[in-house]
Amino acid sequence: MPYPSEYRYSKEHEWVKLEGANARMGITDFAQHELGDVVYVELPKVGRKVKQHESFAVVESVKAASEVYAPVSGEVIEVNKKLENQPELINKSPHTEGWMVVLRIDTPKELDNLLTAADYEKHIGGK
Amino acid sequence: MSTIFEIGAEGRHGLRLPELDFDEKPIEELLSPELIRKEDPKLPEVSQIEVVRHYTKLSKMNYGVDDGIYPLGSCTMKYNPRINEETARLPQFAYAHPFQSEEFSQGCLQLMHELSQILCKIAGLDAITLQPVAGAHGELTGMLLIKKYFEKRGELQKRKKILLPDSAHGTNPASAAALGFEVVELKSNERGLVDLEALKAQVDETVAGLMITNPNTLGLFEEDILHITETIHDVGGFVYYDGANLNAIVGRARPGDMGVDIMHYNLHKTFTTPHGGGGPGAGPIAVVKTLAPYLPVPLINKSKKGDEYFFDCARPDSIGKIHSFYGNFGMLVRAYTYIRIMGDEGLRAISTNAVLNANYMLHRLKSVYKAPFDRVCKHEFVITSKGMNEHLRTLDIAKRLIDFGVHPSSIYFPLIVPEVMMVEPTETVSKKEMDYFVDALLQIAKEMKENPEILKSAPHVTPVKRLDDVRAAREPVLRA
Amino acid sequence: MFEYIPNTPEDQREMLAAIGLSSLEELFADIPRRVLDKFEKVGLEPMSELEAKRLLGSIAHESLNPDEYVSFLGGGVYDHYIPSVVGHLIQRSEFFTTYTPYQAELSQGTLTWMFEFQTMICELTGMEVANASLYDGGSALAEAMLMAKNVTENKKFLVARSLNPNYRSVLDTYAWGADLEIEEILFGEDGRIDQEFIRQNLQGLGGVIVQNPNFFGVIEDLSRIKQMIGNAMLIVSANPISLGVLAPPGTYGTDIYVGEGQTLGVPMSFGGPLLGLFSTRMSYVRKMPGRLSGRTVDTEGKTGYVMALQTREQHIRRDKATSNICTNQALCALMATIYMSLLGRRRIRQLAELNLQKAHYLAAKLSRAKGFKVKFASPFFNEFVIETRKKPSSLLKKAQKEGFLGGIDLEPFGLLDGNNILLAVTEKRTKEEMDRFVKVLTH
Repeated sequence: MPYPSEYRYSKEHEWVKLEGANARMGITDFAQHELGDVVYVELPKVGRKVKQHESFAVVESVKAASEVYAPVSGEVIEVNKKLENQPELINKSPHTEGWMVVLRIDTPKELDNLLTAADYEKHIGGK
Repeated sequence: MSTIFEIGAEGRHGLRLPELDFDEKPIEELLSPELIRKEDPKLPEVSQIEVVRHYTKLSKMNYGVDDGIYPLGSCTMKYNPRINEETARLPQFAYAHPFQSEEFSQGCLQLMHELSQILCKIAGLDAITLQPVAGAHGELTGMLLIKKYFEKRGELQKRKKILLPDSAHGTNPASAAALGFEVVELKSNERGLVDLEALKAQVDETVAGLMITNPNTLGLFEEDILHITETIHDVGGFVYYDGANLNAIVGRARPGDMGVDIMHYNLHKTFTTPHGGGGPGAGPIAVVKTLAPYLPVPLINKSKKGDEYFFDCARPDSIGKIHSFYGNFGMLVRAYTYIRIMGDEGLRAISTNAVLNANYMLHRLKSVYKAPFDRVCKHEFVITSKGMNEHLRTLDIAKRLIDFGVHPSSIYFPLIVPEVMMVEPTETVSKKEMDYFVDALLQIAKEMKENPEILKSAPHVTPVKRLDDVRAAREPVLRA
Repeated sequence: MFEYIPNTPEDQREMLAAIGLSSLEELFADIPRRVLDKFEKVGLEPMSELEAKRLLGSIAHESLNPDEYVSFLGGGVYDHYIPSVVGHLIQRSEFFTTYTPYQAELSQGTLTWMFEFQTMICELTGMEVANASLYDGGSALAEAMLMAKNVTENKKFLVARSLNPNYRSVLDTYAWGADLEIEEILFGEDGRIDQEFIRQNLQGLGGVIVQNPNFFGVIEDLSRIKQMIGNAMLIVSANPISLGVLAPPGTYGTDIYVGEGQTLGVPMSFGGPLLGLFSTRMSYVRKMPGRLSGRTVDTEGKTGYVMALQTREQHIRRDKATSNICTNQALCALMATIYMSLLGRRRIRQLAELNLQKAHYLAAKLSRAKGFKVKFASPFFNEFVIETRKKPSSLLKKAQKEGFLGGIDLEPFGLLDGNNILLAVTEKRTKEEMDRFVKVLTH
């Protein structure tokens, strides 16, 4: 699966899509593949404020529970309710339908710490 | 397979109860209507023979130690002597009520007292509680003792950290975290042991303790154990020893002599009380003198004159109770029986043969499966299938082993070795059984190259084929 | 040579040779010399099975033989009849020599009965989901408290003083360990909890912990608590046998049910192994401690069972697990499953009613005698407190001489003033035994 070039990526395998002052985010195709069939997603509450790198969600497969870290600091303004009943969306469509959270970005500068698609592919190439 | 709910018919039952031998009172006189149950619980309606046949049928869908080799690493699946079952069922033990008077409980108390003393000697430690009913329960109790000690000294604010190696059982971090300790994982070094540099980097006066399993879950003895325990003691911390792997050293080395301050025993591992499908176990913990005042109440003590056993409840610094009564007494009877039969000589024979067997199997397997730590192991060892066939996983090997009529080893634990199998034969298997298991694994290694499909579709001989646990997790159905 | 260890010296030599070692001691060369040198034996000679059997028999003989006594002891563990079938079936070695069902295809027996057990506990308690058991009634209550703290994120718990004092001690230990706060709900002259106290202490409340019937045997009316406490959790501990006749906790707003399952066919064994029961609402299932068996299908569409929702557990979640618990009390849960199957839908009610009727017979008979009074006027199930004029210790001693284990002297617990004995009556007691018991106590 290609990594959209307009997205930014964290080394912990989250993707970020800029939407004005907000960031939509989810986990990458690489991450969902490593995890296997996603069976449950624990999402943060709307309104929660998170710092960059803070763990704020959990994605579970049958035999692993994987923490999801905030790629940028901000406030959770929307969560993907569909994942409650269809966690498999993360496997089927990690970069679009399987989005997890929309954050209102606190510090746009933090986006500079994230990787481009090309850099991210290099990052996972080593694994 | 039908459940018991799909068997039987309305009106059937499996047990006749005695009739009331006096005139009954109308129930409305005894209970007001809002307290009374409106609808009967939908329990099965089956005759006695149906119950017996159903559970007999279910039993045949299981695999137990009595069926053959069960080399589940870290679980010590050894033979459960039948004499234990008989002694535990003596009426004075099996039907004793926990609130019957001490005077009438002298036999039960004597057994607990003698077992306490024996277990202390086996560990080389000073005092013991038999109350924890499982290894994890022992861990929690051990952490409570540490917490109490530092609270008494006014150091609780400071002593925040519990260190443990990344190869530790999952119960270790869970037990420490349950009490608010900060869990710090120490990376293992390339020899599979605690990395002394990583340890040094974490050791300071904020350390409450270290939890260690020795031999560790890779089956390797922590050779630097004396240095490790000294390092922790130097900053005033305690060393907790997870006794899951006691089978490797029992009868020849004692945790107390390694500098350990607290340890739990798994009586269901080392001392042959049955695993029962996942319990009941028993997880007594022994401690050094310093921690003895904090042990749970009651302890079992002997009067000064030595003629009477009693519950010692007057222990003002105790953490309190951690079980409704005195622990899993029935398991204590079994373990005591076993230890008395084995004696010192037998206890030593356990570790001798458990370790010999593991090394023999490792030796035969390592030419085909990779042994990440290729040296003398203790009672268990790890091998990996990584790199043998990238389309197959260790899970597939385990499922294929079932076709050979044996129980697979532990898989995917410890977490630090990818595609790992953890094999623990125990001392109660014969060489022939080990050879059969090894041959099966060697055969499977061939199949991985020549016929990978047969692994993917395994097991083939079981009442059900591979089960969809993704579905069970996505749409949990947890009752009929 | 030991009967449990197949290796002969010849086997040992062969294996050593294969490994390339010359002595058994070389296998232990990685243990520091200083440790090996300090080793001391326990001081025990090996024994034959026959000798061990005699030894254990002689130790057992130092305790009373319960078969020779008529028991009115309760207080958390009860002398119920255990049908023969239970003991026979659980000794099938495929049940008792197996372990946690990690390999589902080799463990369908265990996983199926666990699923049945979960279903039966749900039915009995009126709750939506039950786990495959915890250690015992006391620690199960503590686990419920920890779970309620995780769900509500509140640290304060109101605990009935009428709770079994041993459970209370366990709760206190766990609460201290997890930095939780416990406040006590007192009971009134009727032996029932002071509900007004709960209403006045709602601030920051994690849950209310009540036993029903309580330690004194008194049945509480808990129907108004849940609406009073809102999002805080109502945790109820109840003897499962009582639920054959009493309204199940699920019908009066209980969030977590816990109980001691020993009464369901498990021998008393001097207080252990016991059987912790735990059930709750489906919406909390991911915060629930303990093993769960779940139904699914195999690759051919056939129904089967697996361990479900394992990501809650310590072997995966480690320090973030819902509980540190690994094993449960599987074999005791199997006893309970077989027991409940035998009793079935109808007999569980009949059994509960036998207990109820017999306890009331004894209470009525005793209270007619001079110097004996039923302490609380409230409804009770199979256990009640009798207030005595004479010292309980002397009364109980007298009863003991006549072959009765005559109840629990409540004095050491410090919960009640005066002379009080807690008496339990199960289906095993006969009218003749009770009449004789009353005679012994009152003469």
